[in-house]
Amino acid sequence: MMSILELKNIEKIYGNEIKTQVLYNVNLSIEKGTFNSIIGQSGSGKTTLLNIMGTLDKPTSGEVMVNGTNVKQMHNNKLSALRNETIGFIFQFHYLLPEFTALENVLMPYQIKHGKVSKDAIKKAKEYLHLVGLENVMNNMATKISGGQQQRAAIARALMNEPQIILADEPTGNLDSDSTEVIYELLRDINHQLGTTFIIITHDNRIAEKADRMIEIKDGRIYQDVNKK
Amino acid sequence: MKLGYKIAARFLKSNLGQTILIILGIAIGVSVQIFIGSLIQGLQKSLVEKTIGDASQITITSSTDDKEIVDYEEMIKQIQTIDQRIDKISVAADHPAFLEYGENSQSILVRGFDIESADEIYNFVDRIEEGTYPYNLNEIILGIDLKEEYGIQLNDVLSLITTNQKTVKVKVVGFFDLKVASLNKNWAITTLETAGNIFNTRGSITSIEMQVKESGIFSTDIIASKITQELNNDALTIVNWKEQNEQLLSGLEGQSISSYMIQVFVLISVILGIASVLAITVMQKSKQIGILKAMGIRNSATSYVFLFEGLILGFFGAILGILFGLGLSVAFTKFALNTDGTPVIPLFISYPFIFTSGLIAIAVSVLAALIPAYRSLKLNPIDIIRNH
Repeated sequence: MMSILELKNIEKIYGNEIKTQVLYNVNLSIEKGTFNSIIGQSGSGKTTLLNIMGTLDKPTSGEVMVNGTNVKQMHNNKLSALRNETIGFIFQFHYLLPEFTALENVLMPYQIKHGKVSKDAIKKAKEYLHLVGLENVMNNMATKISGGQQQRAAIARALMNEPQIILADEPTGNLDSDSTEVIYELLRDINHQLGTTFIIITHDNRIAEKADRMIEIKDGRIYQDVNKK
Repeated sequence: MKLGYKIAARFLKSNLGQTILIILGIAIGVSVQIFIGSLIQGLQKSLVEKTIGDASQITITSSTDDKEIVDYEEMIKQIQTIDQRIDKISVAADHPAFLEYGENSQSILVRGFDIESADEIYNFVDRIEEGTYPYNLNEIILGIDLKEEYGIQLNDVLSLITTNQKTVKVKVVGFFDLKVASLNKNWAITTLETAGNIFNTRGSITSIEMQVKESGIFSTDIIASKITQELNNDALTIVNWKEQNEQLLSGLEGQSISSYMIQVFVLISVILGIASVLAITVMQKSKQIGILKAMGIRNSATSYVFLFEGLILGFFGAILGILFGLGLSVAFTKFALNTDGTPVIPLFISYPFIFTSGLIAIAVSVLAALIPAYRSLKLNPIDIIRNH
């Protein structure tokens, strides 16, 4: 199968005077349309790895290829467009814009891409909100919905531009186990229906085991890589 | 751009209290600027008006020994075509004489005018306290101070003795008050005809006096030199009010400079105020900017957010400031009054000045937003995501 995301010899070192190496020579190839999980202890480097995959962070050395293109050769605006159109993020702490409603938050990636909002876009955003079960609170301000609802709104937002890749960093980290189950079912459905590639960091082994591929990171290195497909 | 505006408006709305405070800050700056500006302009206008409003602004005299100008009608026609800003032209025949009234006598300047054209400059008719303007031969009017000093009555007859020892009896038909004691004591005003009759001028005059339109008040030196060039007559001396009132001019200039200084410092404080508040806003909104950048918003679009914040704040600040400024000005003319009920300083409300002040405030607000806009440009989303 074709690889949509490829990491080659990624090293990441933080700090100038006191250097802390977080990632050591990571090589990874993610296939299109797969559902991948990354597990590992706190501080193992998995979030850094995800941020590098999402072009938010830059590796100290090594190369990141998205759809066969080396992101190092992309200028700021190209990178912005890549993040906007090809990659969707779901962060650990939801990160909705508190000044906007749930619906407006979901529309934001579309508006960044097109500059304005069309009727079709609103319809599509409402469909995604319906999909994540938020149709009743979509006009509430982001701060006026519960934590679980915010997380689901963030998922709908990540889907809005129908990206090829969704990167999620413990999307259910602060939700109860029932909500966790519901959200994973949802992500899995989207994976099946739209063929979106998922890379999800999780602490939950049950969830990790349901993924097509489970990558374990330990002390900045790939410790285990189990491909069940 | 549109998204930048939308986000800016939403950011400002979500922090309404802070937004209103900044707008008030800008508004106070603009209102002080408008108030000080209108005050100084009003003061200068009234000073200039009082000094030269009822006087000749450009005067042509003869530099010959007899001080006489003969072909003045031709000359006036020519002058009228020289500069469109020349508004009113009048002629005067001035001659010194000796006034005798009973036991009293003193030297006096007899000024013969063409009543109608001179009235446009000197506004004589309004300044006659008693009696009328002299219309008939050998009628004169005197200053109110002379009347009081010698106890002269209306219709009294007195003698004028010319430098050639000629004595002419004239009738006093009125008394004027030019608000300047030296003029009220030393001028005797009459018609050109009477002056010609007393001094045997054979139709000559001694000076041509002019007023210019308001737009030319401060260009009288330029207009005067144009007249000098066009008339090209060495026998004529042309002076303008600016040469004769250098002290007033330097006073006005000093006032203008201090007014500009105040306005500039007010502007600087407005810039610093907006820039510092907007800089704090970048900090407050750094999380949002980070999320937007992670979602792929362009760096330029995030800087538009802050430029639009500056623009919106500047716009409402300017409008509110203009309202405050006008209100303050009107209140000042209503409450700061002289004992006779007239305002201490008549304000001059200039709409172009107010409009410009508003525009400057808006421009300055956008300028002040450049620093936070630049900072938002440099904001790295990973720093925000990592720190939250």
